[in-house]
Amino acid sequence: MGFKEFCFKKSLWLFHFGGASCNNCDIEILDCLTPRYDVERFGMLLVGSIRHADVLLVNGSINKRDKSRLLELYEQAPKPILVVAIGACGCTGGIFAEGNVFAGPVDKIIPVDAYIPGCPPKPEAILAGIVKLLNK
Amino acid sequence: MAEQLFYFLIYPGLLFAAVVGAFLSFYDRKITAWVQFRKGPPLFQPFYDFFKLLLVKETILPKYGSKGVFLAAPVFAVFGASISGVFILLPLLGIETGFKGDIIVIFYLLTIPSLTYIIGALASGNPLAAVGGSREMKLILSYELTFILVLAAIIQKAGMTISFSEIISQQGLNGAFAGSISGIILFIVMIFCIQAKLALVPFDMPEAETELAGGIMIEFSGTTYAMIKLSKYIMFFILPAFLIGLLWGGLNFHGINILWSVLKILFVVLLLTLIRNTNPRVKIKQAVRFFIVWMNLLAIIAIVLSYFGY
Repeated sequence: MGFKEFCFKKSLWLFHFGGASCNNCDIEILDCLTPRYDVERFGMLLVGSIRHADVLLVNGSINKRDKSRLLELYEQAPKPILVVAIGACGCTGGIFAEGNVFAGPVDKIIPVDAYIPGCPPKPEAILAGIVKLLNK
Repeated sequence: MAEQLFYFLIYPGLLFAAVVGAFLSFYDRKITAWVQFRKGPPLFQPFYDFFKLLLVKETILPKYGSKGVFLAAPVFAVFGASISGVFILLPLLGIETGFKGDIIVIFYLLTIPSLTYIIGALASGNPLAAVGGSREMKLILSYELTFILVLAAIIQKAGMTISFSEIISQQGLNGAFAGSISGIILFIVMIFCIQAKLALVPFDMPEAETELAGGIMIEFSGTTYAMIKLSKYIMFFILPAFLIGLLWGGLNFHGINILWSVLKILFVVLLLTLIRNTNPRVKIKQAVRFFIVWMNLLAIIAIVLSYFGY
């Protein structure tokens, strides 16, 4: 592993995109930043601007209105960027997959690097997914 | 010429100040984590952040904005921070004595990073960055007067000398200024000025992570953001060092005094971090009022007290 890649993996900054979510995954993502789980020990920070982001966390089902916004965000992000789909809705569409406003799971719209299934995934599961992403 | 370049680029200037500032920034984040009962980032985290932004990430230029100014602003921020670092650290570390009136020069140079952040933010053409820039401008207008009143009080205490090295040597002879009543008041006022200069939490409304999504920093990415981080690391070291030089007898690097000097810097940064962790963000109106009314009042009281020898 080269120096560049090492620095990149040691300092992943997260940007959180919530689609048409039921809010459960959002809460579980925020749990990872709390004292009990603390992702800052891996050097991760939640940033407010997509320009600073290294990881795009997407949760919730992506409906027709969200699709263009997700694409816009992905294009505005400085490359390289990793995309992580969180929750059943982000990975496959979940119970919304048959809905008539559903615009496809995240990986039909933008390339996804890691999937963390669950409804909602536990913070431990999100941490395990992040560690797998780091070791990829 | 070679000596000046060495001063600017390596020993008290860019490289040294940036490395020490990066460790202080780690210390700040670790203390923050401990205050919140977390574990905190690893030791070299600021370096990982800096090299990731510098080497790995792509730099995006704004479509509707002035690209040249946008790219030049972070570079000038680093220049301003490191040249003021040179002028502060040369007398403080006892390498050279500096020149007469350098305290005024330092005062002007210390505003360059904030000014360049404003220029870069306004050049990016982002409306949120423009809001952040206007807030930073108001903040500068409010704390600069307080800052120069503090400097005036210190110049008066030091017997009307405007040389930084003479202020330090006077404290070596007569004891630190922070030992007197007016010195303690000036120390408190100066801590709040530094807090505003570094845009730390009670006064972080130009960046306002949750409200403006990064504010003045919102459009900077990749190398430009790495430069801004670098200037922030440097400012995070030289401003506490400046405070220690002005009020707490300067730094001494002979024998056991090294430990005492390091502890002084860590104590000042600890104070800044604890203020940052125990306060909410204030509105810009409240911040302006805080400086224009209360801090100026305290500084003037300190000037009067020091005139009567307290």
